[in-house]
Amino acid sequence: MEYTNRMLLKGNEAVVYGALLAGCECFFGYPITPASEIAHTAARGFPKLGRTFLQAECEIAAINMVMGAAANGRRAMTASSGLGISLKQEGISYLSGSELPALVVDIMRGGPGLGNIGPEQSDYNQVVKGGGHGSYHCIVLAPSSAQEMCDFPRLAFELAEKYRIVVYLLTDGVIGQTMETVTLPEPIPARAEIPEWALDVSRPRTNMISSIYLEHDDLEALNRKLQAKYAAIRAAEQRSEEYRTDDAEIVLIGYGISGRLCRSAVDELRTKGIKAGLLRPITLWPFPVDAIRALRHVKQFVAVEMSDGQMIDDVKLAINCDRPVHLVNRMGGNVATIDEIVNRTIDALGAKEA
Amino acid sequence: MEKEKILYGRSNGFFPSFERRPGPIKTNMHYCPGCGHGILHKLIAEAIDDFGIKDKTIIIAPVGCAVFSYYYFDCFGISAPHGRAPAVATGLARANPENLVISYQGDGDLASIGFNHILQAANRGENLAVFFVNNAIYGMTGGQMAPTTLPGQKTQTSPLGRSVTSEGYPLKVSETVAALDAPVYVERCALSTVQNIRKARLAIRKALTNSIERKGFSLVELLSGCPVNLKMNARDMNEFLDNQMSRYFPLGVYKDTAESRDPISRPTGIYEPQAVRELLYPVRVADGVSESFRNPSRIFQSERRIKLCGSGGQGVLSLGYMLATMGKLRNFNVSWLPSYGPEMRGGTANCSVVLSRNPIGSPLVSKECNLLIALNGPSLERYLPTLKRNGILLYDESNGSCPDEVLDRVIYTLPASDLAKQLGDLKYANSVLLGAVAVMMCDLFLDEEDKADFDRVFEEAIMDCFHEKEHVVKNNIKAFYIGKANARRIRN
Repeated sequence: MEYTNRMLLKGNEAVVYGALLAGCECFFGYPITPASEIAHTAARGFPKLGRTFLQAECEIAAINMVMGAAANGRRAMTASSGLGISLKQEGISYLSGSELPALVVDIMRGGPGLGNIGPEQSDYNQVVKGGGHGSYHCIVLAPSSAQEMCDFPRLAFELAEKYRIVVYLLTDGVIGQTMETVTLPEPIPARAEIPEWALDVSRPRTNMISSIYLEHDDLEALNRKLQAKYAAIRAAEQRSEEYRTDDAEIVLIGYGISGRLCRSAVDELRTKGIKAGLLRPITLWPFPVDAIRALRHVKQFVAVEMSDGQMIDDVKLAINCDRPVHLVNRMGGNVATIDEIVNRTIDALGAKEA
Repeated sequence: MEKEKILYGRSNGFFPSFERRPGPIKTNMHYCPGCGHGILHKLIAEAIDDFGIKDKTIIIAPVGCAVFSYYYFDCFGISAPHGRAPAVATGLARANPENLVISYQGDGDLASIGFNHILQAANRGENLAVFFVNNAIYGMTGGQMAPTTLPGQKTQTSPLGRSVTSEGYPLKVSETVAALDAPVYVERCALSTVQNIRKARLAIRKALTNSIERKGFSLVELLSGCPVNLKMNARDMNEFLDNQMSRYFPLGVYKDTAESRDPISRPTGIYEPQAVRELLYPVRVADGVSESFRNPSRIFQSERRIKLCGSGGQGVLSLGYMLATMGKLRNFNVSWLPSYGPEMRGGTANCSVVLSRNPIGSPLVSKECNLLIALNGPSLERYLPTLKRNGILLYDESNGSCPDEVLDRVIYTLPASDLAKQLGDLKYANSVLLGAVAVMMCDLFLDEEDKADFDRVFEEAIMDCFHEKEHVVKNNIKAFYIGKANARRIRN
């Protein structure tokens, strides 16, 4: 029988294919719109490959099951949306304090509270800034297509294991729900190795995983070690994509679906004679500050996001607030049209000049 | 003086010296005199040494005084968030069925903040040994009320005594877990008299044996002393356990079905790349085109945005999916975005399809639509404003008519639903409509060689979607050509 590697997949389906091809061994999750297709696809795909799929009793259980499997040295993941991620934060803090690698997928929906199931990007602060207790960070990748949903799990597991850190894929309901042509990546050549530190029969039983340090100096030492690790990640792992920024006077910054809308908006602004460009962050933590700082010729920035303006703070910090940063946003499940982004950008520039 | 002789030393299940314990004391445990944890630790340590399972045992340290159990046990250790030990244990047990996982929990941990987790893990029959220390009080946090605090018992947070009308009754964990179908073994013991401790020793060994034999979920509840927080001396403590606690929490075996249970078997993961490819990659059904193929017709020089709408159950989403599949088979970048959630569950249905040779910006078609396909009247009216001035409308005249004011547009129609019904099933309406799309494309846009290819790519797409159902493929192809024969352009 002949096989093809091209498929039509929703972002939510693509991420499961990507995870399986990246050697993910365990999926623990709980259904939630608009992320449920991840669990649906995992419920078929993981057992098909003799791997573990388990519908947990709740989001809290799911992340703690991930913690168990991760402690055992297995590639493990969970997926949810805003409300569920809020519940997982305790576990993510423990994973971070215990320096365990894991993959968490967040398909953002409207909030706060029950909100709605429309797409938003309002989990930015809870995912990028920490979200749980303690001084920790997770690496946050921001896929903006089904192809990236499929490609990023491998990168995510590699980063997670290299740095012993939780890696998020953070995207929105539109990317999760949109079906697109995807070229499936190759499966990893062999099962991922069980790390030296793992609690596994193949490793020394003196291995121990904990995030408790009763002595204040010991806990401070752990925190300093974590901060040194985060500094190394900030230096080495910033990722972003630029489009028509070379001669741009104004640069739009957006991730996920907003990043794609911005690309079309940039073309439209150019037809109107405005020298626009796009910077699409691919890592939200670490935020691509070096790439943004390199845009010295740019006069103004526009943060385009589906929240009250959460990412915009990181843009302002990146440039030390030395140039204007405007916000073009929608909330509540609404997605800006290209025209809306173009017109509001023009308005913002006009207001500045006036 | 004669040198001290050790007749009965520390179990090899413990480290010879407690080096993980901070401070100068490396030989003693941190537990208070009279505390049950020390006794239980010893029973567990002896068992894991006697059974020769130290290299595969993982003890989950709870939140509570036993949080530091990893100072002592010579096996793997992990600390879990408060109450979550059964979930962490599930992860460990599922990740590698070789693991022997002990979930060591107190009453606040297991019966209060984590009660759902323990019931769910028990109900799934996870291969775990759970040792549940019930001392009727929160020890480490300083003597607050536990879910197992006895009626009338005074604690820091029930200073007047536990009132059953306010705080409810002590939770009977063993009885509750034993009521579930999945667990294999549930026993309640007391760490009080020598006789009771000997029973506890056997219960612990039985639970671990069940784990080794992969029989599933075992829980041993251990009534245990906390002299400091219960403010009792050793004698009063034993009296409290054996008379007061045991009266409310009767000792004994609540369930034992291990004999009749088959061992749990878990599948082995597949990682060999060729095997993974064969299981995950889709079968190539149609011959398709080479990777370098690009459709020559001018119409596709820019992005084409299509909106499809109708009512739920009409097949709007699958019609869009067919179009997207046809695009995929001819190397377009395509996107297909359905309305999702409650909208999908009855009522209206719509989806957006975009075809492009370049990366697609917005997959949402909310305006500037090039082609609107409407399957009924109300959705036609609702989505007509999204159609571009020079956009094309295709609608099913079986389910509605076109408003007069748009008759100056390019409009194609046919009685798709009626034609499908004549074919024997309404679900063929999609292929009938795609026949109409073919007519429209051939009339207006496609180069000569592309015209024949449209029929080909339709047939390939039908194969791609239904290759396992021969009659479905045949009927859809028939429907497509009926659509082609019946579609007409409305001229004003």
